[in-house]
Amino acid sequence: MQRRTLLATASALIMALAAPALAQDEPLKVGFIYVGPVSDGGWTYQHDQGRLAVEAEFGDRVETTYLENVPEGVDAERALTQLALAGNDVIYATSFGYMDAVMNVAAKFPDIKFEHNTGYKRADNVGTYDGRFYEGRAVIGTIAGRMTETNKIGYIATFPIPEVIQGINSAYLHARKVNPDVEMRVVWAYTWYDPAKEADAANALLAEGVDVILQHTNSTAPLAQLQQAGKIGFGQAADMSSFAPTPRVSSVYNNWAAHYVNSVGRVLDGTWQPDGVWGGIGDGIVAIGDITDAVPAEVKAEAEALRDAIGSGEYHPFTGPLNKADGSVWLAEGEVAQDEDLQGMNFYVEGITAQLPQ
Amino acid sequence: MMIDPLSVFLLLLSAATPILFAALGELVAERAGVLNLGVEGMMITGALAGFAAAHGTGNPFLGFLVAAVAGAAISLLFSALTQLFLANQVASGLALTLFGLGLTAMFGKPFEGVKAPAMPTGPLRINWIVWLGLIMVPLIWWFLNRSRAGLILRGVGENHDAAHALGYDVRLTRVTAVAFGGAMAGVGGAYVSIASVLQWTEGMTAGAGWIALAIVVFSNWTAPGVLAGAWLFGGVTVLQLRLQAAGVQVPVQLLSMAPYLATIIVLVLISARQKFSRRAGGAAPGSLGQNFHALR
Amino acid sequence: MIQLVPRQATSTAWQVATPVLAVLATMVAGGLLFAAMGHEPVAAIRTIFWDPLFGPAASYSRPQLLVKAAPLILIASGLAIGFRAGIWNIGAEGQYIIGGITGGAVALAAYPADGPWIFPAMVLAGMAGGWAWGMIPALLRNWFGASEILVSLMLVYVAQRVAAWMAFGPMRNPEGFGMPGSRNLQQYPAAANPELISGTGAHWGVVAAAVAVLATWFLMSRHIRGFHIRAAGTAPRAARFAGVNPATLVAFCLGLSGALAGAAGLFEVAGPAGQITDTLGTGYGFTAIIVAFLGRLHPVGILLAGLLLALTYIGGELAQLTMQLPAASVQVFQGMLLFFLLGFDLLTRFQIRRRVLA
Repeated sequence: MQRRTLLATASALIMALAAPALAQDEPLKVGFIYVGPVSDGGWTYQHDQGRLAVEAEFGDRVETTYLENVPEGVDAERALTQLALAGNDVIYATSFGYMDAVMNVAAKFPDIKFEHNTGYKRADNVGTYDGRFYEGRAVIGTIAGRMTETNKIGYIATFPIPEVIQGINSAYLHARKVNPDVEMRVVWAYTWYDPAKEADAANALLAEGVDVILQHTNSTAPLAQLQQAGKIGFGQAADMSSFAPTPRVSSVYNNWAAHYVNSVGRVLDGTWQPDGVWGGIGDGIVAIGDITDAVPAEVKAEAEALRDAIGSGEYHPFTGPLNKADGSVWLAEGEVAQDEDLQGMNFYVEGITAQLPQ
Repeated sequence: MMIDPLSVFLLLLSAATPILFAALGELVAERAGVLNLGVEGMMITGALAGFAAAHGTGNPFLGFLVAAVAGAAISLLFSALTQLFLANQVASGLALTLFGLGLTAMFGKPFEGVKAPAMPTGPLRINWIVWLGLIMVPLIWWFLNRSRAGLILRGVGENHDAAHALGYDVRLTRVTAVAFGGAMAGVGGAYVSIASVLQWTEGMTAGAGWIALAIVVFSNWTAPGVLAGAWLFGGVTVLQLRLQAAGVQVPVQLLSMAPYLATIIVLVLISARQKFSRRAGGAAPGSLGQNFHALR
Repeated sequence: MIQLVPRQATSTAWQVATPVLAVLATMVAGGLLFAAMGHEPVAAIRTIFWDPLFGPAASYSRPQLLVKAAPLILIASGLAIGFRAGIWNIGAEGQYIIGGITGGAVALAAYPADGPWIFPAMVLAGMAGGWAWGMIPALLRNWFGASEILVSLMLVYVAQRVAAWMAFGPMRNPEGFGMPGSRNLQQYPAAANPELISGTGAHWGVVAAAVAVLATWFLMSRHIRGFHIRAAGTAPRAARFAGVNPATLVAFCLGLSGALAGAAGLFEVAGPAGQITDTLGTGYGFTAIIVAFLGRLHPVGILLAGLLLALTYIGGELAQLTMQLPAASVQVFQGMLLFFLLGFDLLTRFQIRRRVLA
């Protein structure tokens, strides 16, 4: 897709032009604010990998700093202001709960560029960026549908918010496409990260006869349980390759490096805009980890073909005809879901029998 | 409903193990009259030390042993403050939790992203440490109610002045009890890192230490009560997850409140029975949370 | 042999000297820690203790000290009164959360009405909520003899789940794309708790904290009830003979500390936090217990202790930013500070003598 080529050309351009907008010796200061520790092995870890990629890409021309473990709410606004006062030119806020704090601080520092991850508010100096994680779920949903022997696949969900509901629907639709008998069991853990509870959730699903588990939570606990049970699952947020080749047969991970390198490059060459970037497989933001040999070659090929079709923009995971769980028509034959619809998604698709928590 | 109770029970056994260990340890400390709110800090210390040892030696059981030693060691900080320097127990416990979380996050860096060795399963395909936790319940019951040392420990917890007057070493008893509590919390924390997750990440005990404190209250300060409490608290989580997996809609937030409300009700009933019937025993140890200083 | 002999009255000289000694000891031990990690120790200590007050961005961080310290001081002032009487409310965190919810509920119910009554009504509702949550352990103790330590602690967990329930259920922002959390009260002028004088950081919570310090000082040193409280704490039997009703005292202390914690919760929800979320409780209620002890349960001491803790939080952020110290090392540093302060406290109450062996 365009953004990938843009990424390559942008960095090539920068190399060639040496950024006329910022031709002085002063490096561009880039600040990050993280909700967890950089060592969480999941969400924050992947953001920090993106920060390191920016350093690797631009070398002396950038200087990066970060604040980790900043709680959402009372402390976020102060942490963001500290980053602004420390002279950062661009600030990335990497959790949804920072949204209003970003808007407040951005209003006070109009010359600093802000980008907020997973939010929906923008301003002249505030852009947003997010991943189309449902694209990755379509790919691993396909693998799950092929690999299940009990025809029951499980999903450890976090909170009933649109991103997670998109993921459940996408995974289910693509599992059903390759295996019409498949059933989806959803467990809401109400946490992004709580190893003990995630392990309990995985075991509850296993006891229900589920033999493939997709997780939206960020710890490796479900994979550890799957290993003991001899069943399979997927890495989430990070690649979790230490559990490969099995139980982790593949993964959907957040490759924020693709976005950060692109975005910082645009700041350096003066073309940065307060965009709402919602990037998927094609942009490199959503990445599918190596599919291991535990998966038969034809299934692997099928999954990779789907990945490439989504990446090239030739196929959209939510393409009609699709009905909602209540039987009403959502998308007509050949119709593709609009982004606005997806961003407020609050229903299951037809076939998922569970109720969405209200 | 199509849920097999046995499968729920097996899930429960494993889910309740970390909180069972931590709560049994805190039970002994509280019976000696010490309220240690640092359980979470001791658990996370055990989680890291145990993981490091299991990873380094390839032997998970050695990991649990090291976790017990580490939990006991860090509890000595709390003991030094409260028993030697006579600092307030509530504040010292909170400080221990903060310190433990920070310290492990700092020293845990080299162990991120590596895996623990696999845990061999014991009889009935149940983890050996789960069995150990279950065996600890009657052992601690016996110790508290039938052994001479347990009698002294309870005496110290009920009325430290009287125990002191009878010639028992209040301070030594309490330091030992707190260290035992630390060792048990350490094993409970290590269960999370070595048996549940097989990896180390900072803050991975995610509040289990606080649940353990609630369980001790629920137990009415008895070992069988702790087992019941661990099963209740673990059971509510497991049951709601299990029901969800079976496709049943459950009010998660309300349900997760229930064990805490049940704990309050149990506490009130026990206190009321003691207050109105003036029966001896039951409810909280008499000297719980109070520091002792011998005037001699 | 070393022997501890209780002082007749707590030593005022030591009360002033020990915190200073403790801070110095922390600087030495913390400096060693930072040096062991390969950081410049003097610079690290200066960044944490000096820069927030007098560093380059001090004009921002000095007011932020007030913002961070205000809830701690407000809650600790109330707690200290109970602690003096031997009434142990350790559930201020729960009272804080409930106060934030009940106070915030008034604003959400009034939205989008305008009127000068809204903010005062919120404050009253927040105090009432915290008071009611504090009265539960008080009544259970008075009626049934249940330990207020344990009941108030249990109610923290219940309050945390009430907050999650509210954020995902009844109080969810109807315009928030299905994301958890209430409307942002900062953007609802009639309900907002903004900075009163620009550049001072002072919002109504800071004012309330100042009032609380003065009022509790007056109560404890000039009012008959303060005398009763001190009497009940030092000599409960004598106090009873002097006509102090213990049940009234329990209700008074728990109710008062609950109301102050509830007010603190409301000021945060309407101000720095801005909304009711599932992560509303960020530990102020527990940290305030430590503040109360560091402040020797004295209003002025609490004021200083609250500011000192706020200093380490903000200085810790600066150390992360400017020296790349990990957040965890700052946490360890704070832990050490608390240990030293609690440990040195001994000197105020005891004399150390060498025991002469007979």
